[in-house]
Amino acid sequence: MTLLEVRDLSVTFTRSGQQPVRAVDGVTFDVAAGQSVGIVGESGSGKSVTSLAVMGLLPSRGVSVGGTVTLDGNELTSMDQRELRDVRGRDVAMIFQDPMTSLNPVVTNGKQLVEVLTRHAGLSKGEAKTEAEQLLRRVGIPDPVRRLGEYPHQLSGGMRQRVMIAIAIACRPKLLIADEPTTALDVTIQAQILDLLRTLVAESGCGMIMITHDLGVVAGLCDDVHVMYSGRIVESAGTKDLFARPSHPYTDGLLQSIPRIDDDDPADLLHTIPGSARDTVAWDRGCAFQPRCERAVAECLSGPPAVTELGTPIVPHPVRCLRPVGEDVSLHEGNVAR
Amino acid sequence: MSVNEVVAGEPGGPAPAEAAARPPSSLGREALRRLVRNPMAVVGMVLIAVFVLVAVFAPLIAPYSPTDNSWLDQVRPGQYPGPSAEHWLGIDPLGRDVFSRIIYGARQSLLIGVVALALGAVAGIALGVLAGAFGGWVDTTVMRFVDIMLSVPGLLFAIAVAAMLGQSLTSVMIAIAVVNVPIFARLLRGEMLGQRGADYVLAARSLGISRSAIVFRHVLPNSFTPVIVQGTLTLALAIVEAAGLAFLGLSGSDPSAPEWGRMLTDAQDTLTSAPMLAIYPGLAIVLAALGFTLVGESLREALDPKFRR
Repeated sequence: MTLLEVRDLSVTFTRSGQQPVRAVDGVTFDVAAGQSVGIVGESGSGKSVTSLAVMGLLPSRGVSVGGTVTLDGNELTSMDQRELRDVRGRDVAMIFQDPMTSLNPVVTNGKQLVEVLTRHAGLSKGEAKTEAEQLLRRVGIPDPVRRLGEYPHQLSGGMRQRVMIAIAIACRPKLLIADEPTTALDVTIQAQILDLLRTLVAESGCGMIMITHDLGVVAGLCDDVHVMYSGRIVESAGTKDLFARPSHPYTDGLLQSIPRIDDDDPADLLHTIPGSARDTVAWDRGCAFQPRCERAVAECLSGPPAVTELGTPIVPHPVRCLRPVGEDVSLHEGNVAR
Repeated sequence: MSVNEVVAGEPGGPAPAEAAARPPSSLGREALRRLVRNPMAVVGMVLIAVFVLVAVFAPLIAPYSPTDNSWLDQVRPGQYPGPSAEHWLGIDPLGRDVFSRIIYGARQSLLIGVVALALGAVAGIALGVLAGAFGGWVDTTVMRFVDIMLSVPGLLFAIAVAAMLGQSLTSVMIAIAVVNVPIFARLLRGEMLGQRGADYVLAARSLGISRSAIVFRHVLPNSFTPVIVQGTLTLALAIVEAAGLAFLGLSGSDPSAPEWGRMLTDAQDTLTSAPMLAIYPGLAIVLAALGFTLVGESLREALDPKFRR
C-alpha cells in the first residue's frame, strides 16, 4: 500500500531582482509502508529541499511549492501550518544530518523527548518520562535514566544521533525522513546507526526516505533508489537493479567513482565525473548533465530529455536520458525517430 | 552509600574511580565552576560582595550618620581634617564624616543600578523578544522604535526627564533605564534571529512543536547568555552613569543626601586644598564599576560555548 505519494513536486526560490531558481522540478515518487526509499544526489541536487518540501518546512516567503504530497490519504500540500504542525512529529518525522547542532544545547535530552511525547501522544509528563526511558533503551543507549538528565554536549556524536532518532520515532510516525543521518559520524558509528534504522523500520513497519550522497548507505538500506541531478530525478530503480544496471551516465559515473577494495591494479586511477554540479543546463533547454556527460550528443541540448523506460511495468526502471548506458545505440536512435 | 560499598569492597586496593561519583552537571553549574577558576572573576566577585554588603549593612558599618555635621567646628576654610582615628577618611567642608558618607553612598549607587537595570532590561528584553520572535513587520516596527530611542543622546534625555519629573532619584533611574532599553532589545533580537536559523530550531519545527514553545523553550534560552553578561556590565555602567548624573546635579533634590557623584561635585571647590575628598568617592565608583565589569567579562568567557569542554 502506498504511504507517501509525491507527484510532480517542484520548488522555486524567488528573490526580487534575481532570476528564480528552480531547486526541485517535477519530482514524483512513492514510498510504501515498511519500504526504504533512497534519494541520492550531490550537494545542490535538491534532495534536502525535497525532504523539507514534503515536511512543509520551507519558508513561505520567497518559495513557491508546486505539485502534491499525499501522506496516507491526506494531502499535506494543501494543509495550513496549524494542521501541518499536528502531522509533523506524529505522522512524519525527520532525522537531521548533524546531531551536534540538531539538539537544543541548553535543554536536557529527557526534556526534548518529553516535549514531543506530550505534544503528540497526549501523555502526561510522568508517562512521557517512562516512555522516554523506553525509547532511549530501544535506540541502544545504555543507562537511559542518567542520559535523560544529561545535556546533549555530554553525549558523543553517535549517542546524540541515537537521541535524535529516539525523538523522531517517539510518536511512532508512519514515515521517517532521514536527511544524511550518518554524514557527520565516523565510519564505525555510521554502520551502527544504519543498523539501528534498518531494525526500526523492520520492527515498526514505517516507511523511510533516506536522503544521502552515499551509495554505500543506499546499497545497505534501501529497497528503491531515486537518483537526483540538478533538481530532477534522472533515474529510478530497485536498489539491486540500479547497482547491476546503472543506466543514466550520472549514476554510472557515481558508481564508478566508488573505490573498490578488490581492484589490485595500482595503475587504475579512480574514476571521476569531470566538472562540477554548477556546470549545468536549464532542464527545459536540454539535459542538465550534458556539460559533464561523456556520452553527450547534440540532441541532448534539444529540449528536456524524455524519460526512457528500461524496466517492465512491474519492475520499472525509468531513466531521463537519450543515450542510457549499456543500451543499444540503434534502439536509442529508434526511440528518437519515433 | 555507594561510596562506602566501593571502599568496603576494595580495602587495600586503589582509590575508587571518581568518575563514578560524578553528578550530572547542569550548564549553569559548569559555567560557575569555570568562573570560580578565573582569578579576574574572583576579584570582581569580591569587589561586588564588599560593595553589596556595605550597601545593605551601611547603618551597621558607618560610624556616624552621613548627614551629621557636628564636626563643623573642626573645619577651617582651606583646611579640612584628614584621616584620623575618629574619622577614617577625614571631615568634609560641611563638617560631615567622609567615611560614613562613602558607606551610605554605596546604598544609593546599588539602588539606582539595580532598579535602572531591572527596568531597562525588562523593557529591552520584551521588545527584543517581540522583534526576534515574530520577525517581519513586527521586527521592523520595533527596531525602528528602538533606533529612535538610540538616536536621543542619553544625557539630553536624562535632563529632559529631570525637567519633566523633577530632580529626583526616580528621574535618574528612569533616565538610565531608558538609555539601556535599546541595548538589551538589539542584543536579544540579534541573538534570537541568529538562533532561529539553528538546526535544533528546524528539528523542533519538524516535530510539530508550536511557535510559542519554540520561541520560549528553545530560542530564548539559547539567546539569553549575552543578555546576562550585558546585565552585569550594565550595572557597572549604571553606577557610573548615576554618579555622572548626580555630578551634574540631576539626582535627588536633597543636597545633603550621601551620593558619590554629588560628593565629587562638592569636592571640586576644594580640589587644590583637599584632593582626597574627590579621590575617595572617585575610587568608590571605580571599584564598584570594576567589580561588575570583571565579573561581566569573565561571565562572557565562562558562558561562551567555545570554551566549553
